[in-house]
Amino acid sequence: MKLTKILVLVLGLCLTLGTFAYAGKDLDTVRAKGYIQAGVNGSVFGFGMPDAKGNWAGLDVDTARAIAVAIFGDASKVKFTPLSAQQRFTALQSGEIDVLTRNATQTLSRETQLGLNFVSVNYYDGQGFLISKKLGVKSAKELDGATICVLPGTTTEQNAADYFRTNNMSWKPVVIESTAELAKTFFAGRCDVLTSDASQLAATRAIAADPKGYIILPEIISKEPLAPAVRHGDDQFRDIVDFTVLAMINAEELGITSKNVDKMLKSKSPVIQRFLGVSPGNGKSLGLDEKWAYNIIKQIGNYGEVFERNVGVNTSLGLERGLNALWTNGGLMYSPPFK
Amino acid sequence: MTEATTAKRAQLQPPSSNVGVVGWLKTNLFSTWYNSLLTFILLGMLALTLPPVFQWAFIDSLWNSSAEACRNIEGACWSVVPHNFRFIILGFFPEGQEWRPILAMVLLLGLVIYSKERSRWKKSLAWLWLINLIVMGTLMSGGVLGMPVVETSQWSGLPLTLILSFFGMVVAYPMGIFLALGRRSKMPAIKTLCVVYIEMIRGVPLISLLFMSSIMFPLFLPEGVTIDKVLRALVAIILFTAAYIAEVVRGGLQAMPRGQYEAADSLGLNYYQTMRLIILPQALKIVIPPSVGILLSVFKDTSLVVIIALFDVLKTTMVTLSNPDWAGYSKEAYIFLALLYFVFCYAMSSYSRRLEKELHTGH
Amino acid sequence: MKPQDTSISADTIEAAIPFWRDAGKRAIGVQIIALFLVSGVSYYLFSNTQANLARQSIATGFGFLGKEASFEIGESLIRYSAADSYARALWVGVLNTLQVAFIGIILTTILGSFIGIARLSSNWLLSKVAAGFIEVMQNIPILLQLFFWYAIFYESFPAPRQALNPIEGVFFCNRGFIFAIPEAHSAHTAMGWMFLAVLVGGWFLNRWGYQRQELTGKAFPAARITIAAALFLPILIWALYGAPTAMNMPELRGFNFQGGLTFSPEFSALLLGLVLYTSAFVAEIVRAGIQSISQGQIEAAKAIALRPGQVLHLVIFPQALRVIIPPLTSQMLNLTKNSSLAVAIGYADFVAVANTTINQTGQAIEGVAMIMVVYLFFSLSTSIFMNWYNKHMALVER
Repeated sequence: MKLTKILVLVLGLCLTLGTFAYAGKDLDTVRAKGYIQAGVNGSVFGFGMPDAKGNWAGLDVDTARAIAVAIFGDASKVKFTPLSAQQRFTALQSGEIDVLTRNATQTLSRETQLGLNFVSVNYYDGQGFLISKKLGVKSAKELDGATICVLPGTTTEQNAADYFRTNNMSWKPVVIESTAELAKTFFAGRCDVLTSDASQLAATRAIAADPKGYIILPEIISKEPLAPAVRHGDDQFRDIVDFTVLAMINAEELGITSKNVDKMLKSKSPVIQRFLGVSPGNGKSLGLDEKWAYNIIKQIGNYGEVFERNVGVNTSLGLERGLNALWTNGGLMYSPPFK
Repeated sequence: MTEATTAKRAQLQPPSSNVGVVGWLKTNLFSTWYNSLLTFILLGMLALTLPPVFQWAFIDSLWNSSAEACRNIEGACWSVVPHNFRFIILGFFPEGQEWRPILAMVLLLGLVIYSKERSRWKKSLAWLWLINLIVMGTLMSGGVLGMPVVETSQWSGLPLTLILSFFGMVVAYPMGIFLALGRRSKMPAIKTLCVVYIEMIRGVPLISLLFMSSIMFPLFLPEGVTIDKVLRALVAIILFTAAYIAEVVRGGLQAMPRGQYEAADSLGLNYYQTMRLIILPQALKIVIPPSVGILLSVFKDTSLVVIIALFDVLKTTMVTLSNPDWAGYSKEAYIFLALLYFVFCYAMSSYSRRLEKELHTGH
Repeated sequence: MKPQDTSISADTIEAAIPFWRDAGKRAIGVQIIALFLVSGVSYYLFSNTQANLARQSIATGFGFLGKEASFEIGESLIRYSAADSYARALWVGVLNTLQVAFIGIILTTILGSFIGIARLSSNWLLSKVAAGFIEVMQNIPILLQLFFWYAIFYESFPAPRQALNPIEGVFFCNRGFIFAIPEAHSAHTAMGWMFLAVLVGGWFLNRWGYQRQELTGKAFPAARITIAAALFLPILIWALYGAPTAMNMPELRGFNFQGGLTFSPEFSALLLGLVLYTSAFVAEIVRAGIQSISQGQIEAAKAIALRPGQVLHLVIFPQALRVIIPPLTSQMLNLTKNSSLAVAIGYADFVAVANTTINQTGQAIEGVAMIMVVYLFFSLSTSIFMNWYNKHMALVER
């Protein structure tokens, strides 16, 4: 009797241990599920945050939607999982999400040690410092002895430590795990400076009670190329995600927007015809519908539209294109040819 | 006897300063010079602290206003609660489906109140609990009877707190009983396994088990198998609680007189029959008060899932406070939450005390 | 006549019990199956883990301890910078945990005893206030209390430039509570040694006093002499060294206060929350301990003309302590375990530092294992102490 009870207990424990969603390759899993599970930030306005009604909006959110459009032709076939900085990589590694579009910095150790593949960069960023104007500080070199709010376990923390060590300055960290809590602590005055990627600082400032009272110091102390990431192992899926990002950049290079894409279908340019699938070939080699790029531009827009809609100068973040402009305009956005 | 004698024999009342309000004051507050001094000091302290608190909380406060109106007042901004009430209590549960978690909570609380009467402690009650928990799970996840499916990632707020504590307790209880029996077993292997498990789990903080389950579980399972986050936290809570229940049940088993075991042996009952029919019913009855104490601890400990980013009622409150409109009113929101917890916990702890008194005199 | 051979032959006995009804053999069988199951499940989990780690190219082993930590820690008792190794960072975390636990245990014992005794007071007001405190503190989750105090400390106090300055050298602001402390001087070390010497001497004096009382019946006020010596002799040393009065005054330089002793809001909130929460439980334990002593003991003590102080010291405390110490020890252990919640409010205790290490190195298993080992060490050493104490103080029964 006791043995039976033990067996039942073990069996029960095994059964409670989860949804046995046996996955094959990533793309097959996604196709079988009928939607893509994307990991996003959840607390950064402009990149990945639900609005007051609970609809997800942001640059990374739009990238994830574009991937869904590429695979399924439908921007609604995507579900969002908000992840903290601690959980983001383990969620991708374990299979809880299919793609990570969570303003994650591509680094050597992350590519090699965590078993992830970063695709093309969708936002070139750098780390900066946000400080209240009342303190009268004009440069990061004046921050000796400051108390700085920072997320633990991120490259942000390490970069700040390196910067202060290089410049022989001392500082006191205040580390809180949640982005929202950290911002709240900064605005309450617990620390003098908030450090993070400059885009996140702009986002944090945008939803503050008094955005005009804070400035981002001019020194950008690191390179933060933010790119979506997928797991090692499925090259086809990786290519799809990669070229989804590049398609939006390429569309802007070619002057195709969501408004004129239908007109562009009739274009005589062979480059545009190949890109939009009028001349078939690209879709087939990726394993997608030939109109994949057309669908992306029509439903989501090109890179410039996505940028302006989420983080551009007319939004409360008010960010200039800067490094994220096209290479023809002095920025770094450069797409390989689509042929 | 004359009237006068009868009058003289009339009862003498006690001195007026020993009865009524004055008498009570004298014995309880001013009995010695030391006590009188203490009373004055305490009254002084209360007079210093209570009026400003009262002023802040009730007179200068706003109860249901907008965020901007709150910035102009000196007192408490209680409006942070009614404005965000749905989010604090229900979290991310989809719009229009609120009746499901509310019904689930009502059923659970109804059953808890029903179970308080000792006269109702029968086997049918155990079945009722099991059915109720299944119904709660179904209501929350949906998928049948036309209710749309709601992922566990959207279970948040008070329903999540209640689910984690009650499901955790219910699953952990049988496990704890097995561990207690195993620890008292004469078989060395089983005994060692149980002792090692119990001592290890009782020696580490719950937060380390939560970390273990949320970060390490995905590594323990083969590629492609995933567990959802709520289940991970639930497993950690179950493993943790089972060890504490095991110790409590072991105390109950130790309190059983040897005569019971000997009588069972003399009737020819084997181990399982002895446990099932004689020992466990009595031992479990003895340990019900401390078990309610453990349920109380589990209920309070569910707040720790904040640290692994699950949205229980504490985390939803914190998210509300990170909204820039309502940041700065942490005191009010936390006081409301503290009252909520206090109501539940005080009910459970006073019930446990009452039960202990009843069971004690019943013996 | 030969006696009847009534012995039962061997074969009639041994044919009797089949294998599955023999309790002894069944026990062995059950244990073998249990061990098999446990080792089977462990092996399954272990091989999965190895496969997953290899697939995700996560390093294993404790080699990361020697690598550079490259993160700063907010407050530490020893010198630490981002260039030091992970091992040193974790050690800083352990010291921070011990610091909170140590101070917390002392404060909780004092506050808890006081409230427990107050609960039993004949003064109705005091008793009700104590009861109210106990009920409220016990029934609100500790994490909520920590968040509440932390929010008060950094929201309700002003910025450093507008810090409250109640007396010279003391500042209250949202960066912490800053106090002026005496400037470090050799006199202080000497005072410390003298204090220790007085304590040791006092213990010997106490023993000698007991022995004298056994022989001659005359009581010796060893306790009072020791207390007086502990107060006056260090002051004498201080005077002998020239009565140094230099103070390390905190001053606002740049962003924060430099100098003096700072209690950060994180440390203060953690300490205050833990002490208030645990002292409510300690108060109940002390109350139960004192109430466990029957009234007859106190009456008998008074009957042999013991003064109230002596009644407390000779009759009540020894008996009450026997009842109080075991649950008190487990509450102290709870306080140490609850200090791990520091990770939620940003105090750099061991769990917080280990958490950052896990995030940076990706080695979750080693990190969590280290956390569990450290706390197991605390728990097991406390259990050993408590077992020793229980045996030492147990009532020798008939």
